[in-house]
Amino acid sequence: MSNSAISLRDVKKSFDGGHEFVLKGINLEIPKGSLTAIIGFSGTGKSVMLKHLLGLFKPTSGTIEVLGTDLSTLSPDALTKFRCNFGVLFQSAALFDDMTVLENVCFPLFEHRRDLKPAQVLRIAEEKLHQVGLESKHYNKLPSQISGGMQKRTGLARALALDPEILIYDEPTTGLDPILTEMVDNLILSTHKLKQGVTSIMVSHDLSAAFRIADHIAMLDSGRVLLFGTPEDFFNTDIELVKRFVNKGMKHQ
Amino acid sequence: MTLSQKLYRAVFGLGRYFIGTVSDFVASTGKIILFFNESMRLIFSKPSRFSEIIRHMEFIGNQSIGIICLTGGFTGLALSFQLYLGFKLFNAVNMVGPTVALGITRELGPVLTGLIVAARAGGAMAARLGTMRVNEQIDALDVMGVNTKQYLVSPRLVAALICMPLLVAVFDFVAMLGSWFLCVKLVSLDEAVFWQKIADFIEIKHINEGLFKGMVFGIYFAVMCTYRGFNTSGGAKGVGEATNQGVVQSMVGIIILDYFVTNIIRVFYNLMGIS
Repeated sequence: MSNSAISLRDVKKSFDGGHEFVLKGINLEIPKGSLTAIIGFSGTGKSVMLKHLLGLFKPTSGTIEVLGTDLSTLSPDALTKFRCNFGVLFQSAALFDDMTVLENVCFPLFEHRRDLKPAQVLRIAEEKLHQVGLESKHYNKLPSQISGGMQKRTGLARALALDPEILIYDEPTTGLDPILTEMVDNLILSTHKLKQGVTSIMVSHDLSAAFRIADHIAMLDSGRVLLFGTPEDFFNTDIELVKRFVNKGMKHQ
Repeated sequence: MTLSQKLYRAVFGLGRYFIGTVSDFVASTGKIILFFNESMRLIFSKPSRFSEIIRHMEFIGNQSIGIICLTGGFTGLALSFQLYLGFKLFNAVNMVGPTVALGITRELGPVLTGLIVAARAGGAMAARLGTMRVNEQIDALDVMGVNTKQYLVSPRLVAALICMPLLVAVFDFVAMLGSWFLCVKLVSLDEAVFWQKIADFIEIKHINEGLFKGMVFGIYFAVMCTYRGFNTSGGAKGVGEATNQGVVQSMVGIIILDYFVTNIIRVFYNLMGIS
């Protein structure tokens, strides 16, 4: 059995019928249970690659296997169900603004765990919110009534609700102040440690966080993986572009 | 450049623009039909969205009753007053009631209800879905394994389909009350004659025609507005454009659709031998 949670083989993507490729042959094996950061300049295809992992985009060519399943073999309905294996924390948290904090976390449980009684769903949701450190006095507030940090915590609790095997953080700290950034980074790390066996993937511009908390780092450039390795590999590399990116990125942070 | 070359360029440019516009229209229509088809198919798939349908019915139907009553009442009053002034010229004031009733039940009821509800509920639908799209809430639903069309679009279509004929019936009823108030209370026509003439001329098929049109207009504006909202891109500007496009296309479409639906109903009645 493969040790990879996600494997991409020669994945190419073009949005204009093959004239210009956003992904130009991505090869990547993300080990099970690891915390992998995906970094790179803006416009290098990080978000497009993420959408491929989630099955929201189909590759023009190449294969994507997630937990041993080739996504291209799944029907649209099966793919929709398969996405329950993922928990995603969006950059904006993407909370449903007409639902309270608690209702947001209950939502995926009501959708997919119809065997549970409402009281059980509430108990699980409260447990997840407690896990991410949100106090119970905020449970009945709307997302607009809580701070950005609390919204991130709620988003993470919602992502954890179904106990997914893969957690994805899509630029979780972009636009946050340094204190909040550190809080979110620590939250990601503590969640990863708490959820043994869960594979975490973080797309980030925050290099110091990536080097501090990730086991593996993949750097994308022009639709290709420039380097995939441990943080040490990045500091010891001879690839000029990686060195420049790391030096400049670390200097700014 | 010679005059003939300039002329050739102008004609060529115009032709290219025309073909581009037509092909865009055809492509867009095709996408909307596919969107409608998939959303209707998903109505019957699991899990059931009954509570969502009820929630949207409350918004589209219940919350529209006030504005429908207000516009229905004044439409009945104004139309009756105009017809009264006209019919008085040739001593046919007793025909005001049935003429208003025919006009309201077959045309004005469904069309005005469609326009009002498209502007109120359709605009809100497009804006809501557009905001959800740009705030990544629809993406969040997608990655949670929720079929977003089944959760967000299908219940709105069903709610509009059910609520619109009911709102048309309310509009018709209140408009006739307005007509009665003007004819009987303000210009002192005989009340018994007023109602008797309506009973003589109005048949159940006239009311059914209006209710059927209401269903068609309901599904039409719901599809247009949810399609525009669902496919929003480009932040707050995109939401504004989606709402604008959804409402304008719904309202113009209802007026155009009305002519074709009227003709289809005529053909249907002829085929069924209904005079």
